[in-house]
Amino acid sequence: MNDQKSESSAMNEQLLTKAAEYAIDYAKKKGMDQSEVSLHQGTGISIAARQQELETVEKHNDAQFVISVYRDHKTGSASSADLSESGIRATVDAAMSIARYTGADDCLGLADAERMATDLRDLDLHHEWRAEVSELVDIALQCEQAALQADTLITNSEGASVSSYAGSAVYANSHGFLSASNGSQHSVSCSVIGAKGENMQRDYWYDSNRNAAKLESAQAIGLKAAERTVARLGARQIASCQATVMFDPSMAKSLVSHLIGAIKGGAIYKKASFMLDKVGEDILPNFVDIAEHPHKLGAASSATYDGEGVATPEYRAIVEAGRLQSYVLGSYTARKLGLESTANAGGVRNLSVSTTGQDFAELLSQMGTGLLVTELIGSGINMVTGDYSRGAAGFWVENGELQYPVEEITIAGNLTDIYRNIVAIGNDYDSRGNTECGSIVIENMTVAGS
Amino acid sequence: MNQDHLSIAQATLLEPTGLSDLHLNNVMQKLTNVSGSDFADLYFQYSKHESWSLDEGQVKTGSFNIDLGVGLRSVCGEKTAFAYSEDLNSQAILNAADVVSAIGRQGQNITANQTWKTQGVKPLYSELDPIAALDDASKVAILEHADRAARERDPRVKEVMASLSGVYEVVLIVTSDGRQIPDVRPLVRLNVAVIVEQDGKRERGSMGGGGRLGFDYFDAEMINHYSHEAVRQALVSLEAIDSPAGTMEVVLGAGWPGILLHEAVGHGLEGDFNRKGTSAFSGRIGEKVASELCTVVDDGTLADRRGSLSVDDEGNQTQNTMLIEKGILKGYMQDEHNARLMGMGVTGNGRRESFAHLPMPRMTNTYMHAGEHDPEEIIKSVKKGLYAVNFGGGQVDITSGKFVFSSSEAYLIEDGKVTAPVKGATLIGSGPEAMQTISMVGNDMSLDSGVGVCGKDGQSVPVGVGQPTLKMDALTVGGVQL
Repeated sequence: MNDQKSESSAMNEQLLTKAAEYAIDYAKKKGMDQSEVSLHQGTGISIAARQQELETVEKHNDAQFVISVYRDHKTGSASSADLSESGIRATVDAAMSIARYTGADDCLGLADAERMATDLRDLDLHHEWRAEVSELVDIALQCEQAALQADTLITNSEGASVSSYAGSAVYANSHGFLSASNGSQHSVSCSVIGAKGENMQRDYWYDSNRNAAKLESAQAIGLKAAERTVARLGARQIASCQATVMFDPSMAKSLVSHLIGAIKGGAIYKKASFMLDKVGEDILPNFVDIAEHPHKLGAASSATYDGEGVATPEYRAIVEAGRLQSYVLGSYTARKLGLESTANAGGVRNLSVSTTGQDFAELLSQMGTGLLVTELIGSGINMVTGDYSRGAAGFWVENGELQYPVEEITIAGNLTDIYRNIVAIGNDYDSRGNTECGSIVIENMTVAGS
Repeated sequence: MNQDHLSIAQATLLEPTGLSDLHLNNVMQKLTNVSGSDFADLYFQYSKHESWSLDEGQVKTGSFNIDLGVGLRSVCGEKTAFAYSEDLNSQAILNAADVVSAIGRQGQNITANQTWKTQGVKPLYSELDPIAALDDASKVAILEHADRAARERDPRVKEVMASLSGVYEVVLIVTSDGRQIPDVRPLVRLNVAVIVEQDGKRERGSMGGGGRLGFDYFDAEMINHYSHEAVRQALVSLEAIDSPAGTMEVVLGAGWPGILLHEAVGHGLEGDFNRKGTSAFSGRIGEKVASELCTVVDDGTLADRRGSLSVDDEGNQTQNTMLIEKGILKGYMQDEHNARLMGMGVTGNGRRESFAHLPMPRMTNTYMHAGEHDPEEIIKSVKKGLYAVNFGGGQVDITSGKFVFSSSEAYLIEDGKVTAPVKGATLIGSGPEAMQTISMVGNDMSLDSGVGVCGKDGQSVPVGVGQPTLKMDALTVGGVQL
């Protein structure tokens, strides 16, 4: 989308490219066997409005340069915001100094040269939001106004915010690979407070997209925030029990993210994961597929190459018919495990989770009685054993319908069992961010309450 | 006044680009030349960070980072304009100050040139650069020592992951009321995590610590202590049975379990949430919000502690602030902006992650004063409950007051005796209610070892916590065993 590219981003690209070439060249002259750099430069603005007044205007202007050098299978890295030639030299020197003291490991080094990406297609990732500050302020005000006026039970506000970021990035390494790309990210969010008697509750809603034109409307976001807040008023604790638990789409994503964390190469080679040695085994029911789509146009995590320059595939199955297909590997962890990189240096890109076809209401109806979770807090997850225990809030469900809001409870189990006990995945997709997933229903979790 | 700090700050932050008092004047005038301006500040910061990490018995990676920049802020009533520049040339800083036009009409009046006063502060920590003070080979040796100490402790140790990090920061805060306040801040941390294996079952344990100190803090005894403690915790976990689920009596150990206070009351007492009326504690000063056994303070003035600051990020001296005295809510933690709007005094709690972030009210070291009970006596008083001594992270919803914190080492208490270890479970409660159920407070107050990181609005800052052993009569334990 060349017409979307502004002059400033073209200049940034040029500047970053020049800095990258200089750094790689300097490291080579200094006797390094290999080196790689990533650089980015971007600008952004964040607006917050509260109680129908502008509250903060923040301007962002970031630059960062990170280099890793390799010599005799030892590595060091360093970073700085100083992209001048002297700044680059000082940073490369710092990385080389570290590489003198680290230990040698044959698995260290760049990804294999023959895996470098050659098809560097434009994935429609850059859409500058050409709006005046005052227009962004108006969007924040409209968003909050919609929430404040939605219901008389909305009594206070944490405000609405609008943020916009656009920048350029370059990755280069001493195989001769160099690529520049541009990207943008914009978001609108709103958080309001409701009160009923002594009870006060807060909830929020947001949308984010690389293209501001594709964001949900400010009013819709405000209304959704208000609706979620009002629904929580009067929440109570329930008695401890075993129950079927339905994770709404935004909470369901956290279950997918724990699974990805557990199959990352770093956790596997250190034997610090409950998913160790599970490739080829059934870890989910056979109706579940999880795949990544790195080339999806305009999506949050799209890229034609990973953090090491390795070409990403159009599509990669991670779980197929419930069976784990492979770990999530960069070149180092792949070599540690005697495997090939899965082009996941820097993480997984645009995950999709299959559905069993029901919409939200059908899932509730099928569940009959149980707990709908709409918020999780705390980090009670042991990735070595899979033991899981987190604070939760949501709704008690009977006869397939929401009965009353619930809070101050925990849900617990072991992730190995939790994944096996999935009985349905909805088509009520939440597509924001890196994972597209519907609600997930899990049987037989322990709910702790009064 | 500490002349060294000023000269270090000037040499590091102003002299390289030739910034003079006149330049600072020009920027400050631009920031305050807006109708209704209350105050403005500049936060110059140089931050050097180095870290090393070990696994498989070898230090495999190390990284080094330098950040340098200035944050510019202008405040008019409830409005704040903020920008920053990583370029410290005077023109770049002046350009960044343009952001002020977004919050108000520019005035016509150019005020007289400011006469700057340097404000000295009694330092709570050394001005030594920890990264430069120790050679790299010795840093690597600290990690190798930690690895050996863990492996030699028990043959069931299969993997050791250790990391060492050091930070050296130089800041200069320039305020619109004419003050220039320098600070020089070291921070070090060592962390040891182990994986143990027995009969095909694996578990993890970790321990670490540090403070505003040099790496010499990690002497052989300290390193051994961290490694042995990590191994001990992992081995205890191997034996752990399923944790009970439900509401029960809970005894929390001394020290790090003080994250209870950080989550259950600390965040809810930060000035911004209370000014906006969004905290479960809003408007409750003078009310009883905890049992009369509870006296809780936020104290940024403890020498060498991770959460301490000689001066906060707005140039105000840190304090020992009474939050809850014998159960009565006494005060909030304030930064400049919120104190001003609420008509209260600042408490030295204005903190920011870096020059690229706005300051806000944050905790420093938050702890509960010791009580009168012998810890043994507290455990003896419990018929059936949970004794939790180590925790991972926590989180709070400040509006509903619901907080969680996740135990990583806990035991059953049966008939007044500590019995079987149980698997980690998340504890959940409501801040104001849970604090009322504290029925016994131990005489063994201690602070954590120096590992706390607090996140708020996407900004991380180092903090400390502490407490004596204490008993809560009713807290919900999120186990699996009904």
